[in-house]
Amino acid sequence: MPRVLMKGNEAFGEGAIRAGCRYFFGYPITPQSELPHYLARRLPEVGGVYLQAESEVAAINMVYGAAAAGARVMTSSSSPGISLMQEGISYLAGAELPCVIVNVMRGGPGLGNIAPAQSDYFQAVKGGGHGDYRLLCLAPSSVQEILDLMGLAFDLADKYRNPVMVLGDGILGQMMEPVELPPYSGELKLPPKPWATTGTAGRGTRNIINSLYIEPEELEEVNLRLKAKYRRMEEEEKRWETYLLEEAELVLVAFGTMARVARAAVERLREEGIAAGLIRPITLYPFPDAPFHAAFSRARAFLVVEMNLGQMVEDVRLAVEGRCPVHFYGRTGGVVPTVAEVVSFAKEVWHKS
Amino acid sequence: MRVLFERTRGLTSKPFHYCPGCTHGIIHRLVAEVLVELDVLEKTVGVCPVGCAVFAYDYFNCDMIEAAHGRAPAVATGVKRVLPDRVVFTYQGDGDLAAIGTAEIVHAAARGEKITTIFVNNAIYGMTGGQMAPTTLLGQKTTTTPFGRRAEEAGYPLRVAEMLATIEGAAYVARVAVNSPKNVIQAKRVIRRAFEVQLAGLGFSLVEVLSTCPTNWGMSPPEALRWLEEKMIPVYPLGEFKVPRKEEKHA
Repeated sequence: MPRVLMKGNEAFGEGAIRAGCRYFFGYPITPQSELPHYLARRLPEVGGVYLQAESEVAAINMVYGAAAAGARVMTSSSSPGISLMQEGISYLAGAELPCVIVNVMRGGPGLGNIAPAQSDYFQAVKGGGHGDYRLLCLAPSSVQEILDLMGLAFDLADKYRNPVMVLGDGILGQMMEPVELPPYSGELKLPPKPWATTGTAGRGTRNIINSLYIEPEELEEVNLRLKAKYRRMEEEEKRWETYLLEEAELVLVAFGTMARVARAAVERLREEGIAAGLIRPITLYPFPDAPFHAAFSRARAFLVVEMNLGQMVEDVRLAVEGRCPVHFYGRTGGVVPTVAEVVSFAKEVWHKS
Repeated sequence: MRVLFERTRGLTSKPFHYCPGCTHGIIHRLVAEVLVELDVLEKTVGVCPVGCAVFAYDYFNCDMIEAAHGRAPAVATGVKRVLPDRVVFTYQGDGDLAAIGTAEIVHAAARGEKITTIFVNNAIYGMTGGQMAPTTLLGQKTTTTPFGRRAEEAGYPLRVAEMLATIEGAAYVARVAVNSPKNVIQAKRVIRRAFEVQLAGLGFSLVEVLSTCPTNWGMSPPEALRWLEEKMIPVYPLGEFKVPRKEEKHA
């Protein structure tokens, strides 16, 4: 398989095209701009449509229309832009429309800055918009994994008729790495969407895409049906990776770019004689609890490292179920913790435990 | 026996929920009749608004999508870009289109998006409880302008059709009213033309329809029709503000 050098932001786009995505609606924002740049050039080559909307609000609603029409469709943005899209994301979840949303996170709150951060974790995995809903959320940690997870993201969106968020950050978007491109024939057999609003011709009955249920009992029934769908995701879609976890007494937990820093810290700690290991959640919702259960017998402490003030640490505490102390180290505002910082904090934790 | 009038199959058999004297029902029927007469009902996708016509998907006998407040033109854009050979229309009120959705309608027009918008202007927010809309007339009393709209605090009525007619990508923009049989007949002709412009691929088309809201205006249905004629039309003159250029028509 030929290896090519590719930027993370471009990999989001190429992965989407290879997954059969032919429609992109978005609005420029740093640090994800190379993604729309790439698709503006690439989508017309494969007979697709690239459209720059007048705002993130319009972009996500164009996604809503294209998804309703049965297309594989995506958008991408960065933190403040994703906030603007949250209204539309809630509607997409309510109307059960499949689509993929890429968030290349930057520092916040507010205008923040354009440096890499992971501070949209809550927004991505706990809802974000109004109402009882969940997004499937995938967190790649390399350019290769971006390519591979984009295909999975579109398949999961169709499987569950639900929006899927792929959560990256400024480093992941900007870094270049050699990758193997996933196979691509140009023609993909995509699942039929008999529910799509494409005109009644040849069907006879009308299709309605809607998220309005005036009667409380009727809406409750819909929400309970959605809850059953989220339960199925929790049963079938948890994904993670572990590193040296089998013998680990100090378990580091990190996702995305931060998992690369944490992995290097684990190696350094091992060199210093501390039995460290790593759990890297790949799905942030549903959050993978199995590797935590597997680590309980030996682990003396967990250490969550994030580029925020401690958002995933809450899900880790739930997964650990109070059986072991859970510590947190993070930097915020777009500051990326170094390996040395993580090692130093990990040693403090280790000597206390 | 000869049939002189019957229910159009462009509408479902569900009875309208609209208040007595509201003209939404007439406008629904005109749009539905046009879709049937143009023989495009089976390839039409409609996009509903938020507001009184929020249940329009119960009435139009074609595929329908419920959009968020103001976002119908963006949703319709997504549909049309995926399905360029289908007929796509949005049905929006003045709160939906002229306030929260101003950006979406302006840019759909600017892109020359090949969709048709039916814009129902009754100078007030209906379903939300009779509040001021951007289209509320100066001096008009609403629940949020209890002493009448004053320009000093609340600005001036927004003339949507005139504004959109200045945009290059808008191919056809007109304003009609449904307060009299004559105007209803004219409204249907104009709505038909708007859809023909879409079918010809000429660009964005919009028909603003002056409509009544007896409930929130605090009037009887006949009084409301008179108020539309005497108060609204002078502020919102009827007519075609933008028609396709000749060379485009023959292209």
